[in-house]
Amino acid sequence: MNVDIDPLKLAGAKPKGKRPFFLKDPDVERVLAITMAVAQELAVMRERLDTVERLLEAKGITQDDIENFSPTKAQAEQRGAWTQEYLARILRIYQQDIEGLASPDEPSSEDVGHELAQK
Amino acid sequence: MSDAKPYEGPPDYRNVGLHGMSPETSHDEKARFNFLAHMNRHLAANILPGVKIAYERRVEPKYPSPNHRNEVRKGLLQDPLFQHWSALRRGTMELRQQAGRWVTIRQADALNAKAKEMTDGDPRLVLDPELELPNYLAKIDHHCMPGSYHDELVPGDVTGAANYDVGIFVTTGGGLGRFSDGGGEAVVAWMKKNRPNFAPKRILDIGGGLGQNVVPIAKAYPDAEVVCVDTGAPVLRYGLARAKSMGVDNITFVQANAEDLSMFEDESFDWVQSTMFLHETSVKAMPRIMAESYRLLSPGGLVMHVEQPQYSLDMPLYEQAIRDWDAFYNNEPFWTKMHELDLDQWMVDAGFDRDELLHGGVAAVVDASLFPQHATDDVEDFGRKAAWHIVGGEKKAA
Repeated sequence: MNVDIDPLKLAGAKPKGKRPFFLKDPDVERVLAITMAVAQELAVMRERLDTVERLLEAKGITQDDIENFSPTKAQAEQRGAWTQEYLARILRIYQQDIEGLASPDEPSSEDVGHELAQK
Repeated sequence: MSDAKPYEGPPDYRNVGLHGMSPETSHDEKARFNFLAHMNRHLAANILPGVKIAYERRVEPKYPSPNHRNEVRKGLLQDPLFQHWSALRRGTMELRQQAGRWVTIRQADALNAKAKEMTDGDPRLVLDPELELPNYLAKIDHHCMPGSYHDELVPGDVTGAANYDVGIFVTTGGGLGRFSDGGGEAVVAWMKKNRPNFAPKRILDIGGGLGQNVVPIAKAYPDAEVVCVDTGAPVLRYGLARAKSMGVDNITFVQANAEDLSMFEDESFDWVQSTMFLHETSVKAMPRIMAESYRLLSPGGLVMHVEQPQYSLDMPLYEQAIRDWDAFYNNEPFWTKMHELDLDQWMVDAGFDRDELLHGGVAAVVDASLFPQHATDDVEDFGRKAAWHIVGGEKKAA
């Protein structure tokens, strides 16, 4: 992997163009964005679980097998890395706020539209 | 469930067509695209109709008899349901970009190596590293896509193009078909029906991006020499590799600005096509693009621009305001102005006679056994519905 490329950080990058906020309190919109990202990940998990359950049905894996499972060190580290990816995903809004600090006077799409509409 | 309704909605992402440049996607990455396609569908099918009701009951009484779509939009901005629909629609686009970028950037090395292997030394990739980016692309990242069509994380990067490619499914809820080419397929269907004897030798697609809409044209006219022009090197690189992997070998991808195509001779193309391109330019660029298109067109040839419908006098201001959403809140800044322009007049100014102009409508042509058919779908996601208007011109034969 190219060491200059951090997929986790780059995936959540802010697009050029000041972000519009719609709700009366922008903090509420931040929470909404987080909530929807979590909702997304719950849907992803639900789809995966559905896949697993349908496969297990045919294989005879029991509930006890699942309840008594304990990860090895390596497995636990893999799970930890997954959790880090997960948090970067659901807390994207703050990353973009921070990236936006570098360009406080950035024009909005409306501003650019006015300019582009000029002869 | 005995009372189950017939399923209406996006197909599973696993039905999306794969080609040689398709990034690998894990189970969960596919599930994420599925969720986001459903989110967009839900917002269009279940929330947006409520916004219209809120407008009629809460906004219009406070701001009666608007004279312009901007007045409607300013009123809507005060309404909580419009605010929440907007916040969710914007947030879903941001999630979509993050999901697609994660998939493609995590495998940047592999994707970039594959593109290099498939395009290095190929004369059908003509890049111009000195090309200056037009201001309408430099100032803002269109549809909130970080890096737009042009930024490269590393030399030879195609991850931005790959992200654009995988995400079209999400934004349109699968409405553009297996290879996100429903627009190009629609253009082909129009041409075969309305100009069955048209046999273009050279076809130019301007602002063609990664070529998803020109590939069906190149396939339908296999004897034609096809040129796809765009300003972004990553989309062109990716586009050539993608087309080749699909067995389409008659497209050359050229990095150029559609306002200045002086590398091509007068009257050297029989068909000049743009598909959902003009709205990403500017008032200053449009006459140059129109003039170049006319100059390049051979006698007997045809120019065709495909866009969402113009804001005509008979389009309600509410619909215009909702269609404008992407202009103001999804980084499509020229969308609003472009849709009120008199495109016919611009075509005439470029050199066409009025009686040479042509108009029509097309809807995405998709594999209807798996993908939703927007032509017959009554869920209207204004501005993103896979149904478009055609404005074109035919240069009289010499």
